Amino acid sequence: MERDVEYLKDKAKDIRRTIVRMIYQAKSGHIGGSLSSVEILVTLYYRILRIDPKNPDWPDRDRFILSKGHSVEGYYAILADLGFIDREELETYCKFNSRLTGHPTVKIPGVEANTGSLGHGLSIGVGMALAGKVDNRDYKVYVLMGDGEQAEGSIWEAGMSASHYRLDNLVGIVDRNRLQIGGPTESVMSLEDLSDKWKAFGWSVIEVNGHDIKELINVFENTPITRNKPTLIIAHTIKGRGVSFIENKAEWHHKVPTEEEFARIMEELA
Amino acid sequence: MDQKILLPSRKVFSDTLFELAKEDRDIIVLTSDSRGSASVENFAKYLPEQFIDVGIAEQNLVSIASGLASCGKKPFIFSPACFLTTRSIEQIKIDIAYTGRNVKLIGVSGGVSYGPLGSTHHALEDIAFMRAIPNMTVILPSDVNQIRILVKKLVSYIGPVYVRIGRNPIENVYSNEDVPFEIGKGNILLDGEDVTIIATGEVVKTAYNTGVLLGYKGIYARVIDMHTIKPIDEEIIFESAKKTKLIVTVEEHNIRGGLGSAVAEVITRRFPVKVVMLGIPDEFSITGSQKEILRYYGIVPENICDIILEGLRRG
Repeated sequence: MERDVEYLKDKAKDIRRTIVRMIYQAKSGHIGGSLSSVEILVTLYYRILRIDPKNPDWPDRDRFILSKGHSVEGYYAILADLGFIDREELETYCKFNSRLTGHPTVKIPGVEANTGSLGHGLSIGVGMALAGKVDNRDYKVYVLMGDGEQAEGSIWEAGMSASHYRLDNLVGIVDRNRLQIGGPTESVMSLEDLSDKWKAFGWSVIEVNGHDIKELINVFENTPITRNKPTLIIAHTIKGRGVSFIENKAEWHHKVPTEEEFARIMEELA
Repeated sequence: MDQKILLPSRKVFSDTLFELAKEDRDIIVLTSDSRGSASVENFAKYLPEQFIDVGIAEQNLVSIASGLASCGKKPFIFSPACFLTTRSIEQIKIDIAYTGRNVKLIGVSGGVSYGPLGSTHHALEDIAFMRAIPNMTVILPSDVNQIRILVKKLVSYIGPVYVRIGRNPIENVYSNEDVPFEIGKGNILLDGEDVTIIATGEVVKTAYNTGVLLGYKGIYARVIDMHTIKPIDEEIIFESAKKTKLIVTVEEHNIRGGLGSAVAEVITRRFPVKVVMLGIPDEFSITGSQKEILRYYGIVPENICDIILEGLRRG
């Protein structure tokens, strides 16, 4: 059953609320980047990815890697909503001995790689995409990266190898919210022209509004953009999207809301 | 000790794996522009579907292997030990060990086997790095006969393993037919009650020759090939400590953090006796051929023999 755009929009609202609740309860988390990637995750998980929560190791499943492992709350919320894990388990997020740590691990059904150190996910995705080609399986591999993460040299090693091996079953997504922990990406370490950089590395690049579900569906459904080339989607987003006083504020990279702020957020997200 | 023509261990490793890979299409060899130095050209030529070169990019190399392993492949990474264990240590820690992927990391030209190329190319801290990572098994085979058995075991063993091999042809420790090898179990090459010499990798032969030399002088050494440094064979160390007054460790590694440290960790906890650790001192080593460097630092039978005699005299 194909879920329509309205369904996905409602889902995004639910996930946003769950993200904030998890962070508020755990007193830990990365609120800004989690809120910026909600539509990307929701579109992938509820519409695009070929997955089966009852069979998380299904060999023909699509693979998703959260290379920006700190944006984990939305990821866990979706895995719980889809039934990979129990909903109640979300209450244990960041608590003692919980498997729901502040960065995801493969102990959690549905998680494909342990991430949290930036710059690893795309290379792991290259390995998965290569295995798919060798085995003639038609799954796709999706890797969600941060924009600050683009400064990691290993990303570009991965980029080079993906085009060298013509991995058109690999889709990289950059959550381009333009802020990292230390401030605007362009003042910490300028990335532009990001699109040209990826093109120069042999990828087909497309830019989208990362909060527009319709646009996201359209792009995801049409990958690879070019045969024999990996696809890179630059998803323009707003860090902290959905909450007026969090949006576009670098200090909300991993700030935990106070009781009063929490109430205001939930009001805005109602 | 019958072999006359000496083969480099990397060649024997690769050839053995090649034969197995023809039957097991899940075996994938990865290199970082190191197909020549790792002697894996056969894979590139005859099994191209099972060969991936990532260019000079060791971080990518290790993470790609993690992705392949997650899809059921059996990746064997071949890269110079010096680069593999330092440039990509975080990828090894996270993408292989923490994630628990079935990847075999083969550090070639380890220790000082790159000799005159200098300290950039020496791997003298790899054991320390690798054994500090949970889930990692660390193996240094001592000769080509052991390698033939090791490679077969590695293919069926599931889990992350770091193997350090050398570059140059080395003398055999074992005859062709007789190679006891079990991961995590040291081999007793000579048995005696006066001193225990525990060695690993390509200097096991040196330790064996030391034991023989001591025998001429009426000192009987127990010589152990500790091919697996992690998990280390605690029982054989405990038993040796009880049996002999002195334990001497010999390794082609910085004396900090390697075999000597691993042995001492067991000794101090279970049966404290004196341990003398021989290896490369904590410095960027002198250059020269592998043999010259080892001789310079005293990793030769005559010197080890003297150290042991002195150690026994002092009690």
